[in-house]
Parts: sequence; C-alpha cells; structure tokens
Amino acid sequence: MIPAQFDYVRPASLAEACQELGSDEDAKVLAGGQSLLPFLRLRLAYPSKLVDIGRLADLRGVHDRGDHVHIGAMTTHDEVMRSPVVREGCPLLALTAAQVADPAIRHRGTFGGSLAHADPAGDLPAAVLALDGVFVAASASGEREIPAAEFFVDYLESSLRQGEILAGVRIPKLGAGWGFHYEKFHRTAQAWAIVGVAAAVRRSNGSIAEARIALTNMGPTPVRARAVETALQGVELGDQVRQACVEAAADTSPPADLHAQPDYRRHLAKVLTDRAVRAAAGAP
Amino acid sequence: MTVDQEVGRPRRRKEDARLLTGRTQWTDNLSRPGTLHVMFLRSPMAHARIARIDVSGARGLPGVVAAFSGQDFREEQGSLPCAWPRSGDTVIPEHPPMAVSEVRYVGEAVACVVATDRYRAADALEAIEVDYEQLPAVLDMNEALSESAAKVHETGNRAFTYRTTSGDLEAAFRDAPVVIDRTFVQQRLIPSAMEPRAVLCETDGDTFTMWTSTQIPHILRTMLALVTGVAEHKLRVVAPDVGGGFGSKLQVTAEEVLCLLLARRLGRPVKWTESRSEGNLTVHHGRDQIQHLRLAADSDGRIRGLQVELLADMGAYLVLLTPAVPLLGAQMFNAIYKMDAYEFACTGVFTTKMPTDAYRGAGRPEATFGIERMMDELAAELGLDPLEVRRRNWIRHDEFPFTTISGLTYDSGNYEAATDRAMALFGYDKLRAEQNDRRDRGDPVQLGIGVSTYTEMCGLGPSRWFGSENAGAGGWEHGSVRVLPTGKVEVVTGSSPHGQGHVTAWSQIVADALGVPFEDVTVLHGDTAISPKGLDTYGSRSLTIGGIAVLKACDKVKDKARRLAAHVLECSPDDLEFEAGAFKVRGTESQTTIQELALAAFAAHDLPDGVEARLDSDATFDPDNFSFPHGTHLCAVEVDTETGMVKIRSYVAVDDVGKVVNPLIVDGQLHGGIAQGVAQALFEEAVYDADGNLLTTTMADYLLPSAADLPDFALDRTESPATSNPLGVKGVGEAGTIAATPAVVNAIVDALRPYGINDVRMPCTPERVWRALQDRTLEGARR
Repeated sequence: MIPAQFDYVRPASLAEACQELGSDEDAKVLAGGQSLLPFLRLRLAYPSKLVDIGRLADLRGVHDRGDHVHIGAMTTHDEVMRSPVVREGCPLLALTAAQVADPAIRHRGTFGGSLAHADPAGDLPAAVLALDGVFVAASASGEREIPAAEFFVDYLESSLRQGEILAGVRIPKLGAGWGFHYEKFHRTAQAWAIVGVAAAVRRSNGSIAEARIALTNMGPTPVRARAVETALQGVELGDQVRQACVEAAADTSPPADLHAQPDYRRHLAKVLTDRAVRAAAGAP
Repeated sequence: MTVDQEVGRPRRRKEDARLLTGRTQWTDNLSRPGTLHVMFLRSPMAHARIARIDVSGARGLPGVVAAFSGQDFREEQGSLPCAWPRSGDTVIPEHPPMAVSEVRYVGEAVACVVATDRYRAADALEAIEVDYEQLPAVLDMNEALSESAAKVHETGNRAFTYRTTSGDLEAAFRDAPVVIDRTFVQQRLIPSAMEPRAVLCETDGDTFTMWTSTQIPHILRTMLALVTGVAEHKLRVVAPDVGGGFGSKLQVTAEEVLCLLLARRLGRPVKWTESRSEGNLTVHHGRDQIQHLRLAADSDGRIRGLQVELLADMGAYLVLLTPAVPLLGAQMFNAIYKMDAYEFACTGVFTTKMPTDAYRGAGRPEATFGIERMMDELAAELGLDPLEVRRRNWIRHDEFPFTTISGLTYDSGNYEAATDRAMALFGYDKLRAEQNDRRDRGDPVQLGIGVSTYTEMCGLGPSRWFGSENAGAGGWEHGSVRVLPTGKVEVVTGSSPHGQGHVTAWSQIVADALGVPFEDVTVLHGDTAISPKGLDTYGSRSLTIGGIAVLKACDKVKDKARRLAAHVLECSPDDLEFEAGAFKVRGTESQTTIQELALAAFAAHDLPDGVEARLDSDATFDPDNFSFPHGTHLCAVEVDTETGMVKIRSYVAVDDVGKVVNPLIVDGQLHGGIAQGVAQALFEEAVYDADGNLLTTTMADYLLPSAADLPDFALDRTESPATSNPLGVKGVGEAGTIAATPAVVNAIVDALRPYGINDVRMPCTPERVWRALQDRTLEGARR
C-alpha cells in the first residue's frame, strides 16, 4: 500500500479522540481499516490525519441492556456473528455479519466502521435500518442519539458531524414470534452484494402480522421497502407473499455498475425480497 | 525391485513447508544495500501524442534521486522484443519500454521517479506534468479493420493474417445436410498471479544482477542483452521464489528493461514492485478473440468440414509471443475429431489496449472452447446426445498413432475409456433424468449438463517444429545431475518453476533412476549463474522435456558409475546389474553402491582411464513430438431462471496425462486449472470503457473465484503413456483450464436450450443469463 502522507495519532480516551477529530476537518477515524485502507491505497482519500481508535476498549463489546442490545462500534464482525447476546436479542445482525466478506475481513473489520462508512453496498447498514437501530454519536459535548432512518444521508455520507465518533448502536429487541433473514445476492463469496435484503417478519396464525424490510445497494443509502412492509400485513404465507413483494423496488434509485444495471437490480429486489420474507417467516 | 518406486507416489511437496510458513524469497523481500525505489507514471489516455512532458517538478522533492521521461532513454532503451512472428506477414511496430512521443494504451509508462522509498516516489509522480494531445482510441476489432478506422500504428491495424487449409473445404460444405454457423467471443482476461511482479537490479559498474519475478530467467537474460546492449556474459538473471505466472511472467517487460537501464545510469540498486491495480493495467492480458466457426456435417452427425475464422486482439504492441498465441490454435480446433476438410484463418488486430500474450493454455483453450461448443450445437441440431455425437467423430482407441487433418500426429489416447469413466462417476443418466423432470415441471431452477472432451498439444516443443514455424528459439531443455562426495544428489534444471513443484517431481525421478532416497536429492533452478542453460517453464513443458533431460543426465551418470564399478569390482561392465542404487556382479554377492562410487570418483585415487573425477553429467533433451493429454470433463449446473444465477452442482474430470510422477501434484494442477477455466466461464473479464479506460483495476471489479465459489471436483485418471519420451509423461499444467471453460458454458446453454437460447457470452454473469431469458418461455418461443 502506497498512500499519500498522513499524520497518525492513537488516543487513549474517547474524549481525546473527539478532540483530535474536532480540531481537523480533514482527519479521519481509523477503526478496523477494511474500508479506509483500500481508499488510501488507491489514493481516493487524502486525509491529513488518521485517528486510530483501536485501543479504546470502551467501544468494544456487546451488552444486553434489557429492552435493547448495545453493540460497541469497535466490535468486530466476527464477534457480532458469534455473540450469544446478539444471537438471542437481534439475530438478524449475526446472520448478516456472517455474510460480510471473508473470515480475514470479519476479524479486522468493525461493526461501527462498516456503518459509519455508510456504503450502501455494505451489508450491515440495511440490517440495522430494518431493526430501527439507534446510533450513539460521541463528541466533546457528550452523546447524541441518531435514529437509523436519519443516519444514512447519501453515498458514503452519514449524519455524523465533525468531531463526532460513532460509539455504538442500540438495537431494540423484538419480542417473540419474529423471524429473520438476510438474503445476499453476489457473484462470488467475497464480492459486494449486487442487491441484499434484510428482513424481519412476525408471524401470527399462519399469516404475516408485521414485516420490516431494508435493501442493500438499491440507491445511495440503504432503504426501507415501506410499500412491501405495508402490503405484507396480514398476508397468508404462500403465493401471496410474492405478490406483496412486487413493489420492493418502489422509490429506489439503484446504481449502474459492472455487475448490474438498474433494471436488473429492480427485478432482483422483488425476487430476493420474496425469498427473504419467506425465509424469515420459516416458510418454504 | 526391492525399493518402492518413487515415480507414482503422492509425495508431499518439498517446497511447501517453506512456502506455506512464509520463509520465502519473493523478489520484493530482497534488498541490496542502498536500494532505490522506482515508480512509473502511466498514461491515463488510451491513445495520445505526448505534446510536452516535464519531470523537473519531481526532481528535488524530498527523497527523490532522479526522474526521467521516455525522452531521457531514447538512445538506449531499444524496442521490446517479439520473438515469434509465426505468420510471414507479421508487422512488428517499434515498442519503446517507456513511451517517447505517443501512448497507445492506458497504463503505458511515460516517466519514472527514483527515490529513497516507494512512498516518496509515489508522491513525486504527482509533480510530473504531461500534456497529452488526444488521438482516437481504437477498441473494437471489427471497426479497427475498416478502411476509415483510426490507426494505432502508421502501418495500420492489421498485424498479420494467417491461413492454413487441409482437404477440400468447398466439397465438404457443398450439399452438407447440416451446417452450424456460430460466433463466439473469448473475452479478455487478466492473469492474476498471487505474487505481483517485482524487479531488483544492481550493478558493480561492470556486471549486472537482476532478480525478477519471472518464468523465464534464461530467455530474459538473452533478450535483455539483445535489447539493451548489456553483454550477456555480464548479466545474471535470478528468478527467486516466484508466486505463480500462468504465462504472465513469460515476458520481457518494460519494467525489467528500465530497471536495468536505471541501475546502469544511477550505479545503484533499483527496485520496483507493482501494485495489484498497476498489474491489472500492465501485466499482459490473455485471450480476446472473436471466433467465427462453421461446421458441416452429415445427417448422422459425422463431421465433413470445419472452418475457423478468428480475429485476435493483439493490443497496442506485439510483445514476446503475442502474434503466436492465437496461432497455437491453428492445429487444435479439429481437436480429437476426424474430418475431411479443415481451414483455419486468423487476423491479428492492433487496438489501443494492453498487449495480449500467453495465458494458461495460450491459444489452445480458445480452440477447445470453439470446437467443444460447436459439438454441443451439432448435437442439439440433430437431437443427439452430445457424447454420442463426439463418439461418432473421435479418433478410436485402435487408430493411434493418428495423424490429424491439421497435420499433428497424436501418439496415444483413449477417449472411450476416459468418457466411460467420467459418465459413471458423474451419474450421467440419472442427471439427464433429473434434467428432463425439471423441464417437465417447469422448475424455476433448471439443470444443465456440459461436456468437454478435450485434447491439447503440449510439452512445447520440438525445436525443429519451432524452427519451421519462425520462432526465435527451439524447445529443448537441459538438466545436470551430480552425486556429491557424500552420496547426496544435486540436480540443476533449466526449467524455472513458479509453483509447479519441480523440486519434488525431479527428486522422485532421480531417486528411481539412481536408486537413492527421495530425501537425498535437491534441485537447483532459476538462476543463470547456477543453471547455465535452459528454456524455462511454460506450455506444460517442464516434466515432458525438463524432467526427461534430468532423467537422461541420470542415465549418463549411471553409465559413468558402471565403468567405475567394473573397475572397482574387477569385472566387465556387462557383468553388472544395477538395482536399488547398487551395482552387483551377476551371480555373486559382490557389489558397490552409487554412494561409494561417488566418493571413489571424488577421491580419484584409482580411476580407470577415461573416467573423469566426480560422478556427474548433464543432458539436453529435445522431443521429436508434442505430447497430447486428453480427458473428459462433465459439469452440471443449476440455473436459477428467476435471477440468472448459475451454480455448479457437480464437476467430474477424468484426465489422461500419461504416466503420473506425483498424483498429488497432478490433482493440484487440475484443481487450480479447472478453477481458472470456470473463472473464465463465470467470473473474469477485463472491461475497457468507450474511451479505452480499464474499469477492472481492482479485485472488487475483476472477480476471481475462491474455494467458496467452487464445487468439490471429482477427479480420476486413465493412463495412455506418451510414446515421445521414456517416462511416458504428457504434462498437466494447462489441461484443467483448457477443459473446464467449454464444459461450464455447454452446461449453461444446455440448461437454457429449451428456452430457445443457444449461446451466452462469457463470463456468463447472472445479469447476462437473466437478460437472455427475458421474454422467453420454456417452450422456446418468444412471447
């Protein structure tokens, strides 16, 4: 890797890290480095300073907080996918983290880094959006809560402000009767999702009582498929599910790239949403 | 024999403990005192005149020792060589290692910075100013050949046209009951060796040493001497550990030439290591052909004639073997089939893209793809099973040796046996039944079965043949064997390995030949100061030629040892029999071992007349024919018609590579080879945009499969020993890649044929498959 020159600091406290970031608008947070380092390597980013938060132990770990699960930003994907607290309280995140890239990246890459990077092709943003996670941003002036629906602003752009660090995410626990699935469509195991669908579905008496669907790589940010969520309410598990998913690509603006054109992504969103919903509901 | 034979044993590779634990000597791991680092500024334009270039901004920046443009090397950099203009009309344009006045592909070097570290060199590149006057990019081969096309070179866009005909093609096509006419596209590929290229060059003011990640240290040394004028005897080339090549390091690169010139000019060691993205731009690319095939057949499926018309993309220049690569298909499109007439024509076309050259199989995968796709198309046209159509046309077991329509003589093979075994392993009939069931049910996931009954000409090759085909060199190989005073054996091979396992395989051959333990043999290679002559590694030639040279050197050592043994044991050499490493006087207990003889030869206290001290010898082997491995590969795919996703369900390969020296190495070559063949079918493609920019510069865009994307391969073998060498070996380095691509694509087309689809362009991405299916139904009619 031959990046351009940058300064490097490794603060011992969150407060110090916030101060380093607040004083330099071209500074960047270095967490697991799995997104930032490729950008540096390709000289797509020229940060003046990297603020390495790798030693901030308080930011790492998963905690059961009764009505929600708190996941520290520096928790690795591998820790998320193996955490009993995650598997019990918000299994969709364990299912999704297990599909991020490959084992090497999952051991380095962090939950918070993946979210703060705000890449709509990342897997975790859609999953956290589907679960209505609450982002906790730390700064010199304290903590600020940001609902998932407001966190992702544009391509590679979050609502974090200068001097703020994503400290963790609170994932509200869903009650009994919910099922989960992350349907990732990609050409090779290590490739980005062409389209991904995160689904949480509550069943009641053979029908879908409630569904939350979010889509990966269908626009500049992860998006909730609200039209499908509405259409699925009360739908019996069976052929009707597919019909309810036809609007999956409504209000999306999927990108064109080497792997897919927008019309193909819209088609995939419908097919994959149907599959994700049925898998989440435990239906064939 | 009382000792177990080493040849045929699945020995674990001697190389692996060191390679897998990182105790390696990649070129980038090496350094010399005072090493400087070079980085190249590369053209962002596909085609442009260099109106102005100013490197002065880079000079004087921190750590920068020197900065140069092509102008600075104008007098001494020469032209990169093309060593095999096989077609007599081949136009070889000037090819300066660093562009002087015009750039012809994105990535062509225009300037360089030499600095105390790579970071400073990279930073300083940004201070170089270049004004380009844009010229038209030339990207499409058909357009490039039109009268009005912009020219890549003054001489035009046609590099050569080569044509060869056997039999009466017109008669074969006249009134033919069946004519199949298809055009296939062989997409451009980027060879992706695990180790990127790296060069380190130093000089003491008089002699030069270059360490480089190359397949061809010997050829490179000669070529560098010819290009730069550095005297050959003052240049040593070392290929240390080399992490794969697949043909991409069978090259004399601009960077190697320029590192030599920079070391000469600066008098200090100079090192360059490419990044992966730099490599994607500037490692020579592979394939890139448009194949127009016409096949005439009788109504029972018997082939009457085959006509092949290729356009082959040369890229912007002819590098080492560029124009010869597509022509390696000239005698391969007819493959294992008998026919009355055959015509092969190929036009090489210049475009403003990275030059193409050898990539695993080099011309033969393209040919095999073309004919194996056509055989499936013929079967479909006639409503016959694709294996039955092949059976009606292939050379029968009892017909070997067989001289084909294109003039090669296949020495041995048994297509029936390989196919029968493959069908049994595959469960062919059961899968066909499942396919029919899925079709009947209208299952959204359809099953396809693909066949590839390939052969290849490999073990390149007989020097006389190379000479008759206008190549710059022959195809022999060299080996030396010396039994050291303590009885251990040192082997030197001219074949330069880059992952193949020469050290292990040669040890097995020598252990059997001299009757010494496998562990007592070491193999030296890859350094022109250690291995005085060689023609290196490519074209599945190492074992069939280099291994045989080592075997022949062992024979000479044994002859020498026999004379010495007769002297020691006071008998006639004819009374001695050699067994398990010892010479025994027939009918007596009297004997002496090869180790004892080595010591006696070294001491030289009592040598018979005419026997020199040291038990050693060397040999050069030049084969009188190619070798012709073959096999039957069967692939089953599931095609999700809702998404277009293709999943390989099972893959069976039954290969006949003649005698096997090490089954583990053979299986390893097949696993990697099949993976690379599958990758062409499903994943890989170098994509240039309409301006000639390469879009696939990272592995996020240029997709390579990993183990997670591939099925278990079921491998088996039949054994028809080659008759062209004393071990009966045939070579296996390219077989998997040659066989796999058509097997996979045939399977996809087989799944989709009821929809009226008879081709999907490679790589068969989900989107391409999905688009092919739009507006189609299982009955094949467009809605």
